[in-house]
Amino acid sequence: MKLTDAEKAMLDGAQGKAKQKAMDLLVRYGEALGAERLVDVTNVASTFNAGSPAMKPYAEKGMDAVFSKFNLDSDEVVETPQVEVYTCQLIHGIDTQNAHVTGVAEEGVNRQKTAERFFGGRGVAMFNTCTPYQVGNVPVKGEHCAWMESSAVVYCNSVLGARTNTEGRESTGAASITGKIPYWGYHVPENRLGTHLVDVEVDVDSMMDWGLLGYYVGEIVEEDIPVLAGIRNVPSMIKLKHFGAASASSGGVEMYHIPGVTPEADTVEDAFGSRKPRERFKYGKAERKIAYDNLNSSAKDTAVDFVMLGCPHNTVEQVWTIARLLDGRKLSPNTQLWVFTPRALRDAAELAGYGDMIRKAGGHLMSDTCPAIGRIVPEGTKVVATDSAKQAHYLPAMLKTQTWFGTVEDCVNAALTGQWRGGLS
Amino acid sequence: MSKIVLRGRKVVGGVAEGEAFVTRDTISGWGGIDSNTGTIIERRHEKAGQSFKDKILVFPGAKGSSGYSHFFHLARVAGASPKAMLFNKMTAKAALGAVVTRAPAMTDFDRDPLSLIEDGDWVKVDADQGVVEITKKAGSKPATPAE
Repeated sequence: MKLTDAEKAMLDGAQGKAKQKAMDLLVRYGEALGAERLVDVTNVASTFNAGSPAMKPYAEKGMDAVFSKFNLDSDEVVETPQVEVYTCQLIHGIDTQNAHVTGVAEEGVNRQKTAERFFGGRGVAMFNTCTPYQVGNVPVKGEHCAWMESSAVVYCNSVLGARTNTEGRESTGAASITGKIPYWGYHVPENRLGTHLVDVEVDVDSMMDWGLLGYYVGEIVEEDIPVLAGIRNVPSMIKLKHFGAASASSGGVEMYHIPGVTPEADTVEDAFGSRKPRERFKYGKAERKIAYDNLNSSAKDTAVDFVMLGCPHNTVEQVWTIARLLDGRKLSPNTQLWVFTPRALRDAAELAGYGDMIRKAGGHLMSDTCPAIGRIVPEGTKVVATDSAKQAHYLPAMLKTQTWFGTVEDCVNAALTGQWRGGLS
Repeated sequence: MSKIVLRGRKVVGGVAEGEAFVTRDTISGWGGIDSNTGTIIERRHEKAGQSFKDKILVFPGAKGSSGYSHFFHLARVAGASPKAMLFNKMTAKAALGAVVTRAPAMTDFDRDPLSLIEDGDWVKVDADQGVVEITKKAGSKPATPAE
């Protein structure tokens, strides 16, 4: 790989041990990819968590040990410097304000709080969400980024037009203190063109519709770039965050185009550049049903123990919708309800009284984590209901639960009655 | 016993040999493997319940969450990582996962390792030279080159 003089100096240790280790990792990583050079990034979304049990032996030696080992892949413990570029913390395993609800042990909570102060003090913005673009990290079109979190990566590339690969903990750690990442994949303009043309032949309107479309398309294109033709209504951010998360779960979609909506394609022709679609397929009524059935394939029992809403983390508008559906009612005694939103938006929702409305009904308004990331569901949970295609995809594998997928109304009804009565209209 | 030689590109340097663990399914790190044992845990994966610990892992590529590298990293820390990795599709996840596993790894082969290597074959990986040498396990029929 070709390095600039400044990068070579960093690799030789001119800017200290940590940056030397970071550059060493970036060179190993770039060579593994077959990249020819590094590119300057100005925006990093990473994880600096220390709360999970695997982090315990390292956290006991101090946060520098956690950072060196897991954010730089360095065997030597080096001192953690200030971040070089705008960096934020993504979703992690523990809602430190709701540990009594999730049953997370206090020592994990304390480790996480220590980590937040430590890395916060080095410049990391503690957003603690899978949707940093909701709370103050909105990269601009063309901005080179180094982001983790598959649902955030696909939003960053597709909706914002910024450029990132699906990075990992080590590469984003190194990027945060060097401002560098290998120039490869989605950083390169020609790799951002569409590969598959999807003829959308049904109206795609509700949030559930967008989740079903994403889940179907992701399974077919895997890691390629779908272009959606025939979308008649401009989707809101809520719908696009849901679509992207679904497509990144059933497949590994990191980029898509909706001509006339997303910023890198005004027309279908734009989306493919000078190329022809490699494949073309339709999405109609039958395909919508296939996606719905696949998402519900793990569920049989209609008695619902637990309802989870907010993956990717809810907007305030979504929290308001849920609060209104619950207003003046009580949850079934057999069912628990957790509603997730970014920490900063939870404050906004509390200010407006939505948290009280949810708690009065018997639910919880939470942040910082989710059941899949934290591997947390209420004790004894066998059957889950969720409006998230991503959680419906992962929970049966990770926590062995039956999981129903449906609309937010279906899910709130299940929380109130204890029974799943959802279906495809 | 027949020997097959494959050529490819180094992803992570080094030399290793061992028994092959071959899957045609892509592998997810987060939600896909148990880092303490190297066992595949994904529900519908063809190798669900089996461990790649100390084997030569032959697979199409990485998928799923950006936690991929971290879970392979944890597997190395737990002593449960594969001895080497051979994969077809290069992605950021697959590259970083291989780098932090710190085992020899290769890609871009002249022939498809998934059609030439079977479970239990003895595989020598020299990533520095870009060479993989396969000794078919006793009793297996000679592999047909995928031309």
